[in-house]
Amino acid sequence: MTRKRRRLYFVLLGLLGLGAGAALVLTAFQDNVVFFYSPKDIAAKPVCEQRCRIGGIVVGGSLVKEGQNIAFDLADAAESVKVKYVGILPDLFREGQGVVAEGRMNNGVFVASNVLAKHDENYMPPEVAKALKDSGHWKEGEAPPTGIKDTGMNNN
Amino acid sequence: MHKYANPTQFMRIANAIYPWVAGLCLLLFAAAIPVALMFSPPDYQQGETVRIMYIHVSSAWLMMMIYGIIAANSAMFLIWRHPMASIAARASAPMGAVFCALALITGMLWGQPMWGTFWVWDARLTSTLILFFLYIGYIALADAFEDSERGDKAAAVLALVGSVNVPIIHFSVEWWNTLHQPSILKAGKEGVGSSVHGSILLPLFLMMGAFTMFYFALLVLRLRSELLAAKIRNARLSQIAGHSAAQPAE
Repeated sequence: MTRKRRRLYFVLLGLLGLGAGAALVLTAFQDNVVFFYSPKDIAAKPVCEQRCRIGGIVVGGSLVKEGQNIAFDLADAAESVKVKYVGILPDLFREGQGVVAEGRMNNGVFVASNVLAKHDENYMPPEVAKALKDSGHWKEGEAPPTGIKDTGMNNN
Repeated sequence: MHKYANPTQFMRIANAIYPWVAGLCLLLFAAAIPVALMFSPPDYQQGETVRIMYIHVSSAWLMMMIYGIIAANSAMFLIWRHPMASIAARASAPMGAVFCALALITGMLWGQPMWGTFWVWDARLTSTLILFFLYIGYIALADAFEDSERGDKAAAVLALVGSVNVPIIHFSVEWWNTLHQPSILKAGKEGVGSSVHGSILLPLFLMMGAFTMFYFALLVLRLRSELLAAKIRNARLSQIAGHSAAQPAE
């Protein structure tokens, strides 16, 4: 085996080991790497007794605003959670929109201290959005129809 | 392939390609800037803010591509000791760092109006910040030794170790819940698809092409000046060596 050959194998083995190590570490810390939990996670185990973040879609028709007192339901495909929040909402916040709320569970209600809007990966001009809605391909409060089925909100 | 490890051979090709790359870069920018910043439509949710995307995504694309190039060159340098590979990697690093910083800054300026925050520690943002530190570390380490050959080796090892981060950045939005949205391009069983309307996707592709050509054009210029500087150094060294060899004879 020439020295060049040996160095090639050494580099390849090193990268393989490094990749495997990184994969193991990231799987082990899976719970710490996620930025937010889904309503399904919260239904399954009591992860939000301490501060945490939950993310989901704001359920259509669930938003109640009285001044700065805000209540809405946050849902994924399986479960939904009631959220209460006092403060100012980001511009993108609306029903059918993905949001991330930071706070803790209190008697079955998630009391949020901060709400962030999650933007989705769909981009289109307003006329196209209007045409899709007018033709009935896209209902208000739903994710826009694209060639892609996974919206990225239901990863877990 | 090994033929092109010779600096003269390599530069002959690089110099031949250069006018085409530079011309294409100018052409693409001339098309991309007006289309992206003026003629493309606003987004139905984000309005005019969507125009940040053209710069943000293009910078992010380059920061990933340049790191890939540095890592590949580092491997070539470590395995075959190609001198051209380490020069190309060194010349690319500052450009990668700048595009990484641009991606981070434009991302923050975009995040504030859209998400409601400049920064969160989600997987995508955190791994991108790590990439920026890798670039800075690479540049510092490459120049940290008196003997530049040792700097080349140490920096190449760092670049290869850090390459683990590149797939993590790319797939972070698929593997974990992040505030950052998922990729706009997806390749799946149904083929390659995009969730972006054509009228927004076209200026994005133009801009990404322009950025990419800009990098390659700058790379050729940097390689040229790097090789000239090396020639000057060698000429000085041989001059000094000539002097000291000549002295005892006096």
